[in-house]
Amino acid sequence: MSDTGHSLNGGWRVRDMASRARRAPSSRTDTAFRGFTIACSLFIALLMLGITIALVEGSWESMREFGLSFLWTSDWDINKGVYGALTPMIGTLTTTLIAMGIALPLALVIALLLVELVHPVAARIIGTAVEMLAAIPSIIYGMWGLFVLVPIMQAHVIPWLQSTPLGQIPWLLGGPPLGVGILTAGLILAFMVLPFITAVSRDVLRMVPTVTKEAGYGMGATTWEVTRKVSFRYGFGGFVGATFIGLGRAFGETMAVAYVIGNSFTIPESIIAPGTTFASAIANQFPEAVGLQKAALMELGLILFLVTIVFQLIAQLWLGYVNKKVGIR
Amino acid sequence: MRLQRTLRLVAFAAIAALVLGLALGLAACGGEDSDNGGDTGGDTKKGGTLTGAGASFPYPLYSAWASDYNKETGVKVNYQSIGSSGGIEQIKAKTVDFGASDAPLDVAELDEAGLMQFPMCVGGVVVVYNLEGVASEALKLDGPLVADIFMGKVTKWNDPAIQEDNPDVELPDQEITVVHRADGSGTTWIFTNYLAVVSPAWESELGADKEIAWPVGVGGKGNEGVAGQVSQVSGSIGYVEYAYAKQNSIPFAQLQNQDGTFVSPSLDSFSAATANADWANTPGMGVILVDAPGADSWPIAGASFILVYKEQSDADQARLMLDFFDWAYKNGQQTAAGLDYVPIPDNVVELVQTMWSSDITAGGSAVWE
Repeated sequence: MSDTGHSLNGGWRVRDMASRARRAPSSRTDTAFRGFTIACSLFIALLMLGITIALVEGSWESMREFGLSFLWTSDWDINKGVYGALTPMIGTLTTTLIAMGIALPLALVIALLLVELVHPVAARIIGTAVEMLAAIPSIIYGMWGLFVLVPIMQAHVIPWLQSTPLGQIPWLLGGPPLGVGILTAGLILAFMVLPFITAVSRDVLRMVPTVTKEAGYGMGATTWEVTRKVSFRYGFGGFVGATFIGLGRAFGETMAVAYVIGNSFTIPESIIAPGTTFASAIANQFPEAVGLQKAALMELGLILFLVTIVFQLIAQLWLGYVNKKVGIR
Repeated sequence: MRLQRTLRLVAFAAIAALVLGLALGLAACGGEDSDNGGDTGGDTKKGGTLTGAGASFPYPLYSAWASDYNKETGVKVNYQSIGSSGGIEQIKAKTVDFGASDAPLDVAELDEAGLMQFPMCVGGVVVVYNLEGVASEALKLDGPLVADIFMGKVTKWNDPAIQEDNPDVELPDQEITVVHRADGSGTTWIFTNYLAVVSPAWESELGADKEIAWPVGVGGKGNEGVAGQVSQVSGSIGYVEYAYAKQNSIPFAQLQNQDGTFVSPSLDSFSAATANADWANTPGMGVILVDAPGADSWPIAGASFILVYKEQSDADQARLMLDFFDWAYKNGQQTAAGLDYVPIPDNVVELVQTMWSSDITAGGSAVWE
């Protein structure tokens, strides 16, 4: 609590000093530097604006042709010139959902282990190992997924899942076990977002004041009770922020998904069926696309861009809100 | 505080990625510009640089040729494998000396842009499968049956239709998993053109293009993606470039050709298809080498085409370009065969060069004699 408060106040103090310095004789270099930094940040804003304009312009033909119905039709036929975003939308949402469903609990457990349960040296080793996951290029995940994970899914995991009571639900696990498909893509995505969620969750748990935790222990609570009733409650907001960061990443992942999702433009009948996502559809089709198809792909890109921005905004706003709340408390 | 630091890191990474992306974008644009300038500028005449862009299927061959040619003559040939559509776009935008496409353009489109096209090499597409106990070339399929399988009408390996073509093969009671290309490609263009020719149902329902609305199956990205899926999934069937299947020892099927014989894919059967096609009477030389006549012809072959302007702005540059193609026709055959491409037969080369002399001009006079 005091940590965050200090850093906030400290930040203000530095800025006060800076504004005082601006009035001082040596202000010329400061003004130049300030102008430079403003130019740099404006450049980013312009870049974002430029991307948005380019995407809207590129997808204009498709927007005019299909209007809003683009969002809920599923035809994707180059010969007939009909395009709809429903199939990639379903694929994107379900893979992301599966990824978060697997990665989030796993990340929380790992973060907890790193902060509370193991020796700092071991924590550093495990923490580095998890962070290394983030450094692996996504194409490696894709190749590993196709050549290692897919055969395992086809021969073992999916048949096993189908033999459980859940396997009797046709829309969940119906159909032949191909190995590739939405479930496998979700699993790969889970590995890919895990380091990000873990890193944020670990920081969140570290922010829980020792005094508060010790108060819990002092009252005779067990580690589990302190974790559940103190740490998790304290860090809840942070975990939500971590989730959004993971969501943003899972949404836009391209190459790894393209390798293992099966790239089919028919609405998947279950989560083990092949499907497609916004990003993988664009990666697959863009190089040879012309005319209306290119515009439709651009529109997929625009949707992806907007959704990702919204998720990032929510994450930033939420984390800012949580930080403030923690600071006040 | 930690949290803030992490967030700040994330933000920094995002900004860095954006800036890097922009820088690369600018670099790419800059590169294009300078290439463009080079074409019209003076230094290409002295140094001798040719730029081309397009189809990815012949890329290994063109780059091998470019390297050999550079060693022999010092002329630099820079071929960018950006896909057929990209190649057509680039030549129309005049940013390259020549374009390359796996699908021939129709005459109207050629005339409108003032382009001509000619075949540079031929490749074959093969049907690959993963079926336990069935070795490579042990499976025989006829054209309409392949269409039915890829349409999802034949769904089991022990279907009577498959058994009929393969009386001696023990076929399992197993689901067929269709694997197709997920990206737009010349391979799909050739394959679907073949299926549209042999199956009226295919033609009316799905048509032929670089990508189609596949009714069944899973999509793999690139030849390696399809090959990967086929080798991973038992009971699967797909289609890839012959060179790819051969170099990776993926089992492929014999197919029945127009004459009714079952043939194996090989450079010989691709050559037979090429030689038996009617190049002279096809407008714009846009021969589609599918379902070619002749007892030895492989039914799914396709030529890869070069696109050039009929009216060249610079006679020396045009001459430099045709010299390279001439060299490739005459001296590049061994390289082609080594990479599992079929060279263009001599009679077709003669035809192409006659067209060069009559059609390609610079400032009103012929470039090629």
